[in-house]
Amino acid sequence: MKQIVVLSGKGGTGKTVMTGALAALVDNKVMVDCDVDAADLHLLLTPTIMERHEFKSGQKAHLDQRACVRCGRCLEVCRFGAVTKNLLIDAGSCEGCGLCARVCPSHAITMEDNLCGEWFVSETRFGTMVHAKLGAGEENSGKLVAQIRQAAKEIAKKELRDWVIIDGPPGIGCPVMASLSGVNAVLLVTEPTCSGLHDAKRVIDLGKHFKIPVQLVVNKWDINPVVTEQIEKYCTDNGVAVAGRLPFDRAVVDAVIQGRTIMEGDSPSLKSEIVKIWENLRGAML
Amino acid sequence: MIIAVASGKGGTGKTTVAVNLALVLGAVDFLDCDVEEPNAHLFLKPCIQAEIPVTVPVPEFDKQKCTGCGKCAEVCAYHAIAVIPSPGKKPQPLIFPHLCHACGACSLLCPVGAIREDQRNIGVIEKGFRGDIRFIHGKMNVGEVLSPLIIRRVKGLIDPNAVTIIDAPPGTSCPVVAAIKGVDFCVLVTEPTPFGLHDLTLAVDLVRQLKIPFGVVINRAGLGNDAAEDYCRTECIAVLAKIPFDRAIAVRYSEGETLIDKVPGMTDVFNGLYKNICQVKNEADRCS
Repeated sequence: MKQIVVLSGKGGTGKTVMTGALAALVDNKVMVDCDVDAADLHLLLTPTIMERHEFKSGQKAHLDQRACVRCGRCLEVCRFGAVTKNLLIDAGSCEGCGLCARVCPSHAITMEDNLCGEWFVSETRFGTMVHAKLGAGEENSGKLVAQIRQAAKEIAKKELRDWVIIDGPPGIGCPVMASLSGVNAVLLVTEPTCSGLHDAKRVIDLGKHFKIPVQLVVNKWDINPVVTEQIEKYCTDNGVAVAGRLPFDRAVVDAVIQGRTIMEGDSPSLKSEIVKIWENLRGAML
Repeated sequence: MIIAVASGKGGTGKTTVAVNLALVLGAVDFLDCDVEEPNAHLFLKPCIQAEIPVTVPVPEFDKQKCTGCGKCAEVCAYHAIAVIPSPGKKPQPLIFPHLCHACGACSLLCPVGAIREDQRNIGVIEKGFRGDIRFIHGKMNVGEVLSPLIIRRVKGLIDPNAVTIIDAPPGTSCPVVAAIKGVDFCVLVTEPTPFGLHDLTLAVDLVRQLKIPFGVVINRAGLGNDAAEDYCRTECIAVLAKIPFDRAIAVRYSEGETLIDKVPGMTDVFNGLYKNICQVKNEADRCS
């Protein structure tokens, strides 16, 4: 079983469209949507939820006003700005370190488990999908990503699936690292813009950091052929193979609006390019 | 006034809106808080005049004083410290710096005062100018995870007397909260696709929870469907501006160009955006 993650650095370059296409194309796999705070893959794959799990992670401080002697020790030690001047806990800022509870002389603060989201195992027309919903403004997205990837891996092992295909989050931070650890390859989807290039470089650095091979797709390449070539050159100079290019095509937006992957859409040229990208990606992993 | 430009979904045009709004306003402070992938500098092209390293405290052990009691590992909520049994010697503390949240619990609670804090570099803040615009951005080192901390440091440089525009990171989790908490107004940028709409609804949940007055900018209007506008109407959310889909705009963007002066009509669109921000904010102030 091999795992592939689709990343981009910059948001909105086409990660989910690409992952959806692979969902339709690749046989015998498990899909995972690791963009847990703004998940969109379900809009293309319309999953039927079979299992639902609570995601509890970390703790939050709770202050019992009756026991509080208003000494202000909690305010003094908290480094996250989670204790207000009026000695109230701002749960949104609390990172659950528990120091306030430990130093409170009147034991007025307790640490309580934080329910921060839900995760699901679902069936789709393209097979099993594991996905999640992080509560608005919650933290620990990296842990939720690790949790659903573990669940997907177990399913893949048990059911002898060949692939785990992961739709990654934007950025290069905590949830991205959790999406990336231990995968066999990164498919980097970028766009031919100066920000696309800038952010792709940081993902390539991250791939190097974790010693994971990266392959590149430039989406909407014809918006700026000059920048496309710059990006592709940068990649080949840095040991990143070019898996393919996708043109700007309204058929992509039309397919998304209809809740379909581009493999089910109306553009034969897009489909054949996706097939080529997959062959390149798969070829490099065999 | 502090205006944050955010969106649930990435790539909807946050940076485009933030940068062009700053350019029509002129003398403002611009803070790029997308510290994982800061891009505004590619468009504003500021002259950087100062760099401030961003460091976090990380525990360092005085091996002589340490008794190997394991209190530090016990109090660390992030499992960033392990105390390893060592044959023939006292147990040895081991630190995993990337798991450390720099809460300070270990050093404060060590019974023998064997932990002092050293500083670890996790990124940089750069400051400069583009004309009258004061520019500040944070940039997290590749391989780090404490983006909310860098965002809070960037926001620590806000001048309360200036109009400040914040370019926020995508998503709805902790880095976004760090970027938009305490701002006076939030501009949510979306695009007229099912992805744009879905992530807009998540962003709306978040700004409502944080009680921040907000409105929506629809970028690439005409490319997809009307669902985002219908949603705004149903939810009584102000549509502050619409930026039409135009391949010429996409090409300008790809070259690192701004829209003001380059694309006809854009100055009016962004002036209108600011007027609408002020109006919606005033209405919100009256109601509260």
